[in-house]
Amino acid sequence: MDGKILLANIDIPGIRGFDVYRTHGGYAAVEKALRHLSVQEVIAEVNRSGLRGRGGAGFPTGLKWSFLDRKTDKPRYLVCNADESEPGTFKDRYLMHHLPHLLIEGLIISSYALGVNTCYIYIRGEFKYMVGILENAIREARQHGFLGERILGTDFSLEIYVHPGAGAYICGEETALLESLEGKRGNPRIKPPFPAFKGLYGCPTVVNNVETLATVGPIISMGGEAYSKIGRGKSTGTKLISACGNINKPGVYEIEMGLPVEDFIYSPGYCGGISGNKYLKAVIPGGSSVPILPADLILNTARGEKRLMTYESLADGDFETGTMLGSGGFIVYDEDACIVRNTWNLTRFYHHESCGQCSPCREGTGWMEKILYRIEHGQGKMSDIDLLVRVAKNIEGHTICPLGDAAAWPVASAIRHFRKEFEDHVLHPAEVLSKERSLLKVF
Amino acid sequence: MPKVTIDNITIDVEEGTTILNAARKIGGRIVPPAMCYYSKLKGSGGKCRTCLVKVAQSSAKDPRPMPKLVASCSTPVQDGMVVQNLTSPEVAEARKGIVEFLLLNHPLDCPVCDQAGECDLQDLSFGYGMEETATEDDRREFPVIDIGDKIKLHMNRCILCYRCVYVADQLTDKRLHGILYRGDVSEISTFIGNAVTNDFSGNMIDVCPVGALTDKTARFKSRVWFLKPMDAHRACGKCPGKVAIWMFGNEIYRVTGRKDQFGEVEEFICNECRFEKKEPGDWVIEGPRHIKRQSVISANHYEEMKKQSIIDPIAGEMNKQE
Amino acid sequence: MQNNVISHPQFTREGKKVAFTPEVLEKVHCLMERYPEGRQKSALLPVLHIAQEELGGYLSVDIMDYVASLLDIQPIEVYEVATFYSMFYLGKMGTYVIEVCRTGPCAISGGEQILAHLQDVLEIKPGETTPDGIFTLKEVECLGSCGTGPVMQVNTEYYEKLTPGKVDKLLEDLKEYADRNKPGESTWMEKFC
Repeated sequence: MDGKILLANIDIPGIRGFDVYRTHGGYAAVEKALRHLSVQEVIAEVNRSGLRGRGGAGFPTGLKWSFLDRKTDKPRYLVCNADESEPGTFKDRYLMHHLPHLLIEGLIISSYALGVNTCYIYIRGEFKYMVGILENAIREARQHGFLGERILGTDFSLEIYVHPGAGAYICGEETALLESLEGKRGNPRIKPPFPAFKGLYGCPTVVNNVETLATVGPIISMGGEAYSKIGRGKSTGTKLISACGNINKPGVYEIEMGLPVEDFIYSPGYCGGISGNKYLKAVIPGGSSVPILPADLILNTARGEKRLMTYESLADGDFETGTMLGSGGFIVYDEDACIVRNTWNLTRFYHHESCGQCSPCREGTGWMEKILYRIEHGQGKMSDIDLLVRVAKNIEGHTICPLGDAAAWPVASAIRHFRKEFEDHVLHPAEVLSKERSLLKVF
Repeated sequence: MPKVTIDNITIDVEEGTTILNAARKIGGRIVPPAMCYYSKLKGSGGKCRTCLVKVAQSSAKDPRPMPKLVASCSTPVQDGMVVQNLTSPEVAEARKGIVEFLLLNHPLDCPVCDQAGECDLQDLSFGYGMEETATEDDRREFPVIDIGDKIKLHMNRCILCYRCVYVADQLTDKRLHGILYRGDVSEISTFIGNAVTNDFSGNMIDVCPVGALTDKTARFKSRVWFLKPMDAHRACGKCPGKVAIWMFGNEIYRVTGRKDQFGEVEEFICNECRFEKKEPGDWVIEGPRHIKRQSVISANHYEEMKKQSIIDPIAGEMNKQE
Repeated sequence: MQNNVISHPQFTREGKKVAFTPEVLEKVHCLMERYPEGRQKSALLPVLHIAQEELGGYLSVDIMDYVASLLDIQPIEVYEVATFYSMFYLGKMGTYVIEVCRTGPCAISGGEQILAHLQDVLEIKPGETTPDGIFTLKEVECLGSCGTGPVMQVNTEYYEKLTPGKVDKLLEDLKEYADRNKPGESTWMEKFC
């Protein structure tokens, strides 16, 4: 695609190293920001760009930055959330793997804007190999004077450290991440207070996703105004979408916001259609926690408009007939996929990853998994389906952190749109189980 | 001073007061139940979700409702805030769900549990729960263990309120037990079979809202409602020495902190007072203790009690208001 | 399906003397310096990673007590953390820990078959170690490799787009190197500072 912003240089050999990255315009944004722009001007550019958090919630980045408590004399921190663990999402891994310096550049500019002198990259422990890549990039940047004391001769100093997690999805939640960074169990904190006032070590802290921070550099280079012209409406710019499931070309794609979902699925430049020439059955477009939509509703909204890859269009119809852009983890299911088995699988994930701190999530996720296991294995009752709906409703919105919602939405939406399939499992278990090849790929 | 309205009752409170504490200031039945919050333990609260309330108006400045139910124990009031607890069907429904979750893996072994009769979870399920359970699955089971020679841990009954962890953190010199593992298999443990023996560790028993941590020196001796609670004190070098002693005839069966109407001890007591002073001669007895809480302890008691039924079915109350 | 009887293994202090080598210790101190004064507990996760790797492949009570003393925290604070995160092992593991992703996107692309195949070939169930002590099989949740599934990690190295054939070949290779470090395998130690 033309108009790639983050991945424009991804095919250049050696772009992971500092020298090649630098010769292709790398770190020019840092020079521009630190030498020619005031802190306020950098923030203004980010505000103008309309950039929204790419981790899943889609909260305007400039607004999040504006909450940071600047009145206290405590140190401020920027923490980069690289704990990418949402099933279906692998965009940050791709970005860091190929373009670590793009992230470092974004971190430097953002830290400058936020008045931060220490920045941590919290990366999931399973990405052990990536720790080396990032540490290496940080070392290179320091050698060339972009990190350390008095960067580029200005008054601004910055250190970036990589901090590995150790296997806990919940640490992607920003306050759980901060707890984990402090060397504790990854239990999300009770809010308020919010991290902008009391974050890491009780100091004002901003936590941003990898992709969000990586976008800051290009925004400074091209100007917030120009960035905001890309995309559609309030969904400005481009978004990394990680596509997987039953498609011909799984991978990470940078799309301009506003691309029709249908084009994304079927065009040869992106997913390249459903594998094996099968029919599309359903899509989870934003990581496993957002509601699943059946083919007709993912391609077109309930009002009959073409569904677009934007925050707004995907959410059109709310949860009745819509879903969310989320983290951009685009999971595609073909006609043979068993929604019940898939829902059970995802519920098992949330059950396994619940921190166990608050009662609805601790008890509810396990309960839903048990019920779904029964239904999937032909031992369910019709009343189990309504019970699932009720349990999901009792979890949703009642928990400390969004993991409760994330566990409830897939169940609620699967039953909303595919109730018949659940009923079939209950009514004709033998028949369903005999032909079920859903998650049974034949090699 | 911010003005807050809870279930149509308005009150002025200090800046920074939480909704729950504002409600406690008003008192009576509009106080949301709390299973994990403990005013004397810093950092407690927010976990059990039984105190969820609806904020119908965020503040005078911002009249919008809050989008989700909030934990009243950890949400500070703002001037002009309007809160619904008993008056919100949404809250009643949510709380019913929370009680169901808390009971999902609870063994319901009240007939053999020492806490029965003074158990917050019993009160909660009687007040807010459903009559039957929808689960048909087996309950989670842990082995029963001793944590030290004075405290028994029934992990099956634990609702993971974390109160005992805060006690160990804030009252003892070093914490020996904690929350291990995660999710619905997390447990309270010392991990290596350590005895929890610090001077104030016995307070874990008092703060435990259920029968997970019980006093081995009083185990199975008597139902609490057959005992006479008496206020008593002694000169103690370690703690204020003001306790409630629980007597059967002239024998002291157990010693606890003095619990207020919200089930919280007024003052923490030391292990010596709790476990070792079991002779009436050890104590200056002040007189019968008035149990302020709804409790079976006071039901057939020597002390004059109000005759009114203390727990009306909440549903009945809701209907009246509608 | 999970068992409803939860009996976590009980652990004991063996009282074995454990200690990092001076090189490792230097790295640990360098890691601790990355966090502000008085916040050395922050280094707990990376130090536990290093400890697990350098001191025998799992975290024994003695190792955790040693880490607690290094960071000047209570042992229970280490136990709490070590039991929370799925990458820390509390008991002896095989030379190679095979962790197969079982979550949705991998499952659609054949993850369940890969796991079944491994169980057949190794003749063990998830959570078990082969009698020769070479392989431990584990199921894990999403490894962030959904586009290149099915995926598994062997001692935290990624192996993607698996087929039963590829798995067989890999197992053979691994067996060959079982008595020494596999070439190309990197350690936590060399990642930092």
